[in-house]
Amino acid sequence: MKPSDPSITWLEEKPLGLAERLYLPLFVSGLTTTARHLVSPKVTVSFPDQRPKVGNPLIYRGVHRLNRDAEGRVKCVACFLCATACPAHCIDIVAAESPWPDREKYPESFHIDELRCIFCGMCEEACPVDAIELTSLLDLTGKSREEMIFDKEKLLSVYDMTKDAEPMKSTALGCDP
Amino acid sequence: MQNFIPSPTTLVALAKIGLLIGGLMTAAAYLVLVERWMAAWVQDRKGPNRVGIPLTKIRLFGLGQPLADGLKIILKEDFTPRHVDKVLYTAAPLVLLAASLAIFAAIPFGSSLPPIPALGLTGEEPLLVAPGLDVGVLWVFALSSIAVYGVLLGGWASNNKYGFLGGLRSSAQLVAYEIPLGLGLLGVVLAAGSLKLDAIMNAQASTGIWYAFAQPLGFVVFLIASFAEAARLPFDLPEAEQELVGGYHTEYSGIKLLLFLVSEFLHMVTAAFLIVIMFLGGWHLWGVTGSGPVETWTVALIRFAVLSAKIFGVILFFMLVRWSWPRFRFDQLMNLAWKVMLPLGLANLVTVAAVEEFRPQLVAALGEGGARAAAVAIPWGVFLLGWIAAGVLTPSGTDNTPIRTPEPLDAEHGLGRRRDLVQA
Repeated sequence: MKPSDPSITWLEEKPLGLAERLYLPLFVSGLTTTARHLVSPKVTVSFPDQRPKVGNPLIYRGVHRLNRDAEGRVKCVACFLCATACPAHCIDIVAAESPWPDREKYPESFHIDELRCIFCGMCEEACPVDAIELTSLLDLTGKSREEMIFDKEKLLSVYDMTKDAEPMKSTALGCDP
Repeated sequence: MQNFIPSPTTLVALAKIGLLIGGLMTAAAYLVLVERWMAAWVQDRKGPNRVGIPLTKIRLFGLGQPLADGLKIILKEDFTPRHVDKVLYTAAPLVLLAASLAIFAAIPFGSSLPPIPALGLTGEEPLLVAPGLDVGVLWVFALSSIAVYGVLLGGWASNNKYGFLGGLRSSAQLVAYEIPLGLGLLGVVLAAGSLKLDAIMNAQASTGIWYAFAQPLGFVVFLIASFAEAARLPFDLPEAEQELVGGYHTEYSGIKLLLFLVSEFLHMVTAAFLIVIMFLGGWHLWGVTGSGPVETWTVALIRFAVLSAKIFGVILFFMLVRWSWPRFRFDQLMNLAWKVMLPLGLANLVTVAAVEEFRPQLVAALGEGGARAAAVAIPWGVFLLGWIAAGVLTPSGTDNTPIRTPEPLDAEHGLGRRRDLVQA
């Protein structure tokens, strides 16, 4: 686009008044801003002693979990939608015929490589049965790479750990579980 | 040499040197912590608050941080790149640190001590390493100019474009700002009639009028110029991280980098000392310190405390300013030095000279008190006039608004104003 294009609206910069040319308002406003922040309450916390407050757990994207249904079975139906949606290719599912009559397939194994994951939340968006969800656990650490590949049991245990603090998002949002 | 017994004066001088160097090094280490705290608080963070007493869990608000920082940087690899000029590369931080420390030989760090008969000292002992130096101010300025060599050498010897640019910027900036700095200083020297910094403090204490009140223009010029001399924001172009990586110390690591960083803090401390000593009354505070000779240890300690508190206050101001204003562009920096600071400094010098010259006539016309009031009022009038004139008359910098109606594009070649290329 040319600078002379009629669709460009040029905003006029205000000419500096006398006060601004004397630099005094800038001097005062600069110092008052810094001085105000110097004494204002701090936004950071002393991390391991104090936990940072997660704004809204419903939209926070932390460690994954695999939800259980009312009978304690894994909700996942091994449809591969999450693995397909995943831009980082960190989800690996091996499907098998379901031992239960209410679905055709279930995941025989379900692995998420938390080191490859970019925590974008696409898997959670894609899941048709709300089986995979991102919790608000934010300090994920491990001592080895192998340890950071979460298998089905570990993902289910994350659910057991967080289900009281964070109910399933569909329930929390008032939809059918 | 066999019967060498140091005289009491030598002992006292050595003690003062030890005290000063120890104090300065500790102060530089702790000022790094203060700087980090200020940076954190201004940015709504908590700042370093973990390291306390080593090997315990006692935190002490992070007061152990300087020790940890120092140990870390000393134990780091002192890497010398292959492409550097080894001699100059090693010499640069040493030159810089030596110059920044030697400056303090002429800077008083208190008033003076009362006589100590036990050591055979019958007179007052000035808290100054070289009390007999009659050209204290010249010494300070000569050595602070030598400190530029350290920066330049570092930049040059690094054989790196960022280091080189940092060194160049530093030299241009320091050459430009030495002049307003010197002009601000000349006014004080003229009014006090001495080049000794302790005499300048005594002159302010005896009248009770600090030179910041008597020479506001000189104070402002000196303050701004000393920010530039210490290469602090908003004048930190020699090491503008966003443009030059680290500027002149890009290629340095380990203990050599530490020497550079310590010297930088010492520059700031020197600037704070000079501002306080020359313009803010030094150890003088009305009704607290008195202004006569030091007779008791209490007075000596109070004066030392007042001076230290003022210096600390100025340093805090330096640090607050760092987070308050963005960096100047280089053309704005030069505009400010040559078109604003230099004329204002000259105006201050002329005013002070005129007031000092015509003081007898002022006293004759207005009486002692009236003359004193006039000697403060006239510089303030000049200050206001000069400030407004500088604001109205000087351009605020290069006009860099975009061109709205460029020449019509060459229809055939679409090259616009580069028609010269078409013809070629």
